[in-house]
Amino acid sequence: MHLILFFLFAGFCLAGAINLLLQSHPINSALSLIVVMTSLAVLYLLLGAEFLAAAQVIVYAGAIMVLFIFVVMLLNAGREERTMGSRVSRAVGFPAAVAILGVIATAILRSRGLGVAALSDGITTTEDLSRVLFHELLLPFEVTSILILIAILGAVALARHGHGEPDGESDPHGNQGRTGAK
Amino acid sequence: MNSLLSQEVPLEFYLILSALLFALGIVGFLIKRNLISVFMSIELMLNAVNLSFVTFAHQWHAVKGQIFVFFVMMVAAAEAAVGLAIIIAVFRSRATLAVDRIDLMKL
Repeated sequence: MHLILFFLFAGFCLAGAINLLLQSHPINSALSLIVVMTSLAVLYLLLGAEFLAAAQVIVYAGAIMVLFIFVVMLLNAGREERTMGSRVSRAVGFPAAVAILGVIATAILRSRGLGVAALSDGITTTEDLSRVLFHELLLPFEVTSILILIAILGAVALARHGHGEPDGESDPHGNQGRTGAK
Repeated sequence: MNSLLSQEVPLEFYLILSALLFALGIVGFLIKRNLISVFMSIELMLNAVNLSFVTFAHQWHAVKGQIFVFFVMMVAAAEAAVGLAIIIAVFRSRATLAVDRIDLMKL
């Protein structure tokens, strides 16, 4: 059962990722990324990480992707034109990507002592997770809240109209841009 | 059928899937010509690394690996908010999302 579920959702994952590359419209890419993230949530659940599976759906597939789709629709991003970049970047980039995949894959396949995952492995409950998070890692957790606060301030400062910009009234996106800072 | 139900998956499969997703993210980062799509490829790479973290947390029965994924998610949320705000600011000043036309710093 685990094997079937793994191959099913790994297939969804890879199909979504490849579809993300092939689609030329950003909204289709965003929707395939949602497929990837939701399938990853199922894989997390298969590995016994129930809290992360829920957080993956809520935070990634929910909040972050809504923000993406919001921006795609706000900016009215159209079909991208395919210029294949410079010849040098093509000649270097794709072999480099394949080489990275090869290096990682050989490192994984040569490593010994990796275990197996089964459905009967048991689940890391949210209680176990929070016990470590709020005892040993309380300071990093609190620091992250400051990071989020700074990110909110930065997003508001970036997305609202800059002072002294000459295109104050003529900009058609002026009023809409402010809502992107949420 | 019973043997199929009790089938176990080697953790290598998860790691190979993670590597494949990461490589697809790199390729997407290279071939996509829309700023938002490039940003989505970065999110794909972050997700691939998260899958590795969860796999190794399962391997070593370590809760801290999962907590690290939690932190990565929080940082990714912050990154998405700031990054999309930057994209909006770029669009407002250049009126385009094509990365080829945003070449002010190009020699």
